[in-house]
Amino acid sequence: MTAVEIRSRAPVSAPSTTPLIAFERVDLVLGGRKILEGIDLTIGQGEFVCVVGPSGCGKTTMLRLIAGLFQPTAGRVSYQGKPIARPRQDIAIVFQDYGKALLPWRTVSGNVALALEAMGVPKSQHGDRISGLLAKVGLAKHADKYPNQLSGGMQQRLQIARCLAQEPAVLLMDEPFGALDAMTRQGLQDEVLDIVAQTGATVFFVTHDLEEAIYLGDRVIGLLPNPGRVAESFPVDLARPRDQLATREEHEFLRLRRVLFDFIKAAEA
Amino acid sequence: MIRSGKWRGLVVPVALVVIAEIAARSTEITSDTLAAPSAIIVAGIKAMGDGTILAATGQTLATALGGLGLGLGIGLVFGILLGIFPIADRLMEFSVEAFRPIPSVALLPIAMLVFGFGYRMEISIVAFGTMWPILILTRSAVAGIEPRLLEVSRVLGLGLFARVTKIVLPAALPRIFVAFRLAAGVALIVAVTVEIAANPLGLGYAIMSAQQSLDPALMFALLVWIGLIGWGLNMLLVWAQSRLFGRAAIVEAAQ
Repeated sequence: MTAVEIRSRAPVSAPSTTPLIAFERVDLVLGGRKILEGIDLTIGQGEFVCVVGPSGCGKTTMLRLIAGLFQPTAGRVSYQGKPIARPRQDIAIVFQDYGKALLPWRTVSGNVALALEAMGVPKSQHGDRISGLLAKVGLAKHADKYPNQLSGGMQQRLQIARCLAQEPAVLLMDEPFGALDAMTRQGLQDEVLDIVAQTGATVFFVTHDLEEAIYLGDRVIGLLPNPGRVAESFPVDLARPRDQLATREEHEFLRLRRVLFDFIKAAEA
Repeated sequence: MIRSGKWRGLVVPVALVVIAEIAARSTEITSDTLAAPSAIIVAGIKAMGDGTILAATGQTLATALGGLGLGLGIGLVFGILLGIFPIADRLMEFSVEAFRPIPSVALLPIAMLVFGFGYRMEISIVAFGTMWPILILTRSAVAGIEPRLLEVSRVLGLGLFARVTKIVLPAALPRIFVAFRLAAGVALIVAVTVEIAANPLGLGYAIMSAQQSLDPALMFALLVWIGLIGWGLNMLLVWAQSRLFGRAAIVEAAQ
């Protein structure tokens, strides 16, 4: 175990059914435009939910509702049964544009420290916590570098480390690997799966990469655009831990890939 | 190559000084308005020797820096507030645009009534003159901060004070420093102007005294000295800027 305190939970093969996050008949109107309509969705404790859909279907908007950055126009978004009125420290977001989400004037350590400062962690504990978190994401050797001295993949790892410093019960990931090359992306996918297996975090993962959604998720939600609504939910019945080669060659993986591909094609038509 | 080419910039001023010296010597007319460069240098060294220039410099710099400090404080607080809260910005927009164009020297009569002659009057006018560039540029620097960073601070649950000290100020600092450089130049101009117009203090007053005692050499010596101070102040701030923020900030300032 690292020095970092993590919410320990035995890794489970199937998600528990306790609803942690619930959308109930959610509408959202922004600037006179209906972005989301009649969203009903529950996400179980420890579940890894991936969301796919054509652009403009409100994937990111749903994520921002869970984050407490938007409030629904009608209906309710709740966490542990209570409406989400504002951002909570135990719900962390990994943004796609890591370059903009990191503080360029702080070192790698300093960026992680920001979350610890926000959490009110005593300064004396920062050193251990930061080195534990950086070791977890493979940035231990780069603690004193600045973000602009890191590659894209390393910057995204740093952002993940900062989110983990919040000890989140929920990780919201908004196309986190969309801007990275294929090899880096696969490496980070496995790291995220490892982290989730260790911490038992619930994950809401927005992506437009269908294979990524199947590879990572317990369930893939398909959205339709104009206005955004939930069209279908595809359970992913693939064993964990997953493997970049073996999992992607399984019959079920290929079947889901075709089903999702057909869904997106129909949605975009 | 660049360094060895620097002397070229001195060609014109040196030539002008030499021409002025030759002209002054060949005409041999004693003037109440002009003086030979050599006479200006002699007057400057003499006034430097008897301490009058240094004392006046101390007075001018004290008021300029005092007023700059006050203007910086007020301008920063309001600039950050207006930059963070769009509502405050809309509320204050008209007032800011109405008060800002008032030439700071136009406040001289009021400031004299309130404070009388002396440091406080001059400092208040310098503060008024310097707070506007700082306020306006800080406001736009804060309003222009990467929205994603502010979102990160919201998601992390940072309070207003932590948001300002940990996110807003560091992100806006390079541009705020540019505003500070601009304001430092304004501070010196306003301080000397107030001294020339009314206040019996500092370098401005020394120039007026030299003029009234028909001593053009000393008058020009003071003028050259003020120019040197302004140049030195700017060089100091440019150096500090490059030390603090690197080359990127200098390039940004030049745009």
